[in-house]
Amino acid sequence: MPDYTLKINGKTTTVTAEADTPLLWVLRDELDMVGTKFGCGIAQCGACTVHLDNIAVRSCSLPISTISGESITTIEGLSENGTHPVQEAWKEIDVPQCGYCQAGQMMTASAFLKENPNPTKEEIREAMHGNICRCASYNRIEKAVEVAAKNS
Amino acid sequence: MESQNNSLNFSRRNFLKTSVLAGGGMLIGFNLLNACKPNVVPPVDISKLNFNDFNAFIKISEEGYVTIFSPNPEIGQGVKTSMPMIIAEELDVAWDKVNVAQGALDTKNYQRQVAGGSQSIRFGWDALRQTGATAKQMLVNAAAAKWGVAASTCTVSEGIITNSNGDTLGYGDVVKEAAALEVPENVKLKESKDYKIIGQDIKNVDIDKIRTGKPLFGLDYKSEGMVYASVLRPPAFGKKLVSFDDSKARAVNGVIDVIRFGDKIKLLDGKIGFTRVTDKIAVIGNSTWAAMKGKKALLAEWADEAKLESTEDHDKELFKILDGNKFDTRREDGNITKAFAQADKVIEKTYESPFLPHNCMEPMNFYANVTAEKIHLVGPVQTPAWLSSLVSGMFERKPEEVHVEMTRMGGGFGRRLYSDFALEAAEISDAAKKPVKVVFSREDDMAAGTYRPAIKYRIKASLKDGKITGYHLKEAAINSNMYGLIPNFFPAGCIPNYKVSTGNYQSKMTTGAWRAPYTNFLAFAEQSFFSELAEELGKDHPTLLLELLQNVKGTTDENIQYSGERMENTIKLALEKSNWGKVPEGTYQGFAAYYSHNTHVAEVADIEMKDGMPVVKNVTVAVDCGIVVNPLGAKNQVEGGVLDGIGHAMYGDFNFKDGAPQAVNFDKYRLIRMQETPQVNTYFVENDLSPTGLGEPGLPPAGGAVANAIKVATGKRLLKQPFINQLDASKSKILG
Repeated sequence: MPDYTLKINGKTTTVTAEADTPLLWVLRDELDMVGTKFGCGIAQCGACTVHLDNIAVRSCSLPISTISGESITTIEGLSENGTHPVQEAWKEIDVPQCGYCQAGQMMTASAFLKENPNPTKEEIREAMHGNICRCASYNRIEKAVEVAAKNS
Repeated sequence: MESQNNSLNFSRRNFLKTSVLAGGGMLIGFNLLNACKPNVVPPVDISKLNFNDFNAFIKISEEGYVTIFSPNPEIGQGVKTSMPMIIAEELDVAWDKVNVAQGALDTKNYQRQVAGGSQSIRFGWDALRQTGATAKQMLVNAAAAKWGVAASTCTVSEGIITNSNGDTLGYGDVVKEAAALEVPENVKLKESKDYKIIGQDIKNVDIDKIRTGKPLFGLDYKSEGMVYASVLRPPAFGKKLVSFDDSKARAVNGVIDVIRFGDKIKLLDGKIGFTRVTDKIAVIGNSTWAAMKGKKALLAEWADEAKLESTEDHDKELFKILDGNKFDTRREDGNITKAFAQADKVIEKTYESPFLPHNCMEPMNFYANVTAEKIHLVGPVQTPAWLSSLVSGMFERKPEEVHVEMTRMGGGFGRRLYSDFALEAAEISDAAKKPVKVVFSREDDMAAGTYRPAIKYRIKASLKDGKITGYHLKEAAINSNMYGLIPNFFPAGCIPNYKVSTGNYQSKMTTGAWRAPYTNFLAFAEQSFFSELAEELGKDHPTLLLELLQNVKGTTDENIQYSGERMENTIKLALEKSNWGKVPEGTYQGFAAYYSHNTHVAEVADIEMKDGMPVVKNVTVAVDCGIVVNPLGAKNQVEGGVLDGIGHAMYGDFNFKDGAPQAVNFDKYRLIRMQETPQVNTYFVENDLSPTGLGEPGLPPAGGAVANAIKVATGKRLLKQPFINQLDASKSKILG
């Protein structure tokens, strides 16, 4: 199996994996970084969202061999100690119910706010449309993104 | 479950135990189910779940730190926060000094826990308060003895005991002595006006772990030497494995083994109707990806072992039941035949719902390590005790050799009441002689469900002299019928001639509880029907309900589950907060009220039409759940329940063809998403009544409120879920 050198949350790591292994499973199984979640495996639910050079991507459908030097950010590296405005807002609004999809929600929200720091309500709803929450904590996700935008 | 006349009384001597901790400090535990034997069977029939009791503990260290072990499984319903709040209130400690931990399942000290039927708070209320208050009294008694004063002269605030001289001792200073004291009788509980924690907005106790991506869930659990298993199950209900070729699977890098299994689970045949007892193939890999890839490379041959059912077959069978006369009578008042014969007008409507998968965001998974010494099981399950007894049966091992730990769950919704995934993990671990994690793909999760069964309701009512004189509800369901309390919900007791009849069709499909079982669809059918009756009688829908509710007030019928007064207050609050009937042009309102899981709920949906399609803008919800333990968490449950209810009523579409589900992932199966969600505004009826649960009751009325609003907007009555199919087909009509 080939080796891949990855830049994850500011640190460089080398992993040995099959070329088609999705980044999600490299993170979870090889690197013990389990904050990134498995939801559907076909890039439809957003639970596995991470940043690739500041762009939100679905790690479940991103083969490890297609990553070439980009910086990967996961929920574990979004901030030190959960102080990113999005993470703070998620606490202020008390967003989670079961909490499983929330890492993906926060990763989508943080990438979006970097692109669009002062979004309208409609832009927030559009940006978050790709992330499913079966508990349907959508009202609070929407509000938390607004709060994060205000505090960014 | 034993029945007793008074609902939640108990003797503390039977349930409280204290012990001195090895490292100092005090442990006080209570046995919740021995403590309270309710006379009401909860909606999810947990009497069948074969669990014994469930305990909670308070641990106080000599430094004064308080740890409260939350007794029940956390599936997103918030009890890991709200149950410890109730203990902390009576213990009288500051919430920020409390650490909450999930009660680990130590089979010796600690018995079983269940999440189901929105019953954790309702069952736990008295026992949790008594436990906190008893621990507090013991601490006070210990301090009083130290000072040589009467305990009654001491006061407590936030973990500090003060005597009449103004001397103070912290809980940590007296905890050692307190643990050795006799458990006091007749401790005094606080009055609700003195609550400092209950009624406050308290954040989810796991919020910091969730927002920083710490391991919490079953899928996050790992152990040394653990391998991963991906399971190939029959592709359709009614098919069985004949043979397979695993040469390509074994060639996948990282695949360790391929195992045909099922013999151990077969020992449970007859006890586990929730899963298919049949041969399956496990591909074991050193990573999840290797196991999943290996599974895809398997070549298997299947044969039909039974009729391959399709949705059309189910529809035909259910209509056959509705049109026939093979029913069980579940409640009967007066004489409906006479009422229909004497009616001015009879109205009859049939409502239809599909199967639904649960789609917890965390796919089913479980860890098992079966060894000669013990069986270790870890993962997300709502019924760990049931699982433990099944596994001990599978391997003919003593119950104390089976150790179950539960993780936080990425959703439950009823799916994790059934432990098929854990039984698979146990059998695979035994065969592979390794610690194994079984991981379902989303496709596995949707295709091997314990689905909400398809159900059809036919409701018939007679009208005479402007009144509803008769009401007959018929249920045709797959595999099992509504639980025993439902026939005693509204409108039982409001209409003189009343009957509920049920019939079912036994299918090969595996079915089970799904968030708010039965009522998740019945509420839509019933409240759509009442909206139609109101229209027929020239009345406003909520006005008709308020009139009918007068008939049940002061009822002496002990079977009636809901309260006329409480439902009336709930409806009035919803009408007031929603500006019912006073909305601007272009906004259309629909109403629905429903009692379930001991909680009264009324909802008003405001919709607008856009390009011929309804857009739900706002939902106003009024809830009577008694004392609201944690308003912040309570509102979260209601908001989620409403949106989940709207989502499934609008989009939930799950069909079978020749025994195989036609959608197995989110590309074809639609769940509600952000842009489709309205704003939910929740209001609680204020009272001092004992609290009831909220994981489910917000959901049932939501679909009906939306359907009734769509009727106002378009003139079209929706009789079938999902709504989206009918709206698309009738788009031109709506645009009209």
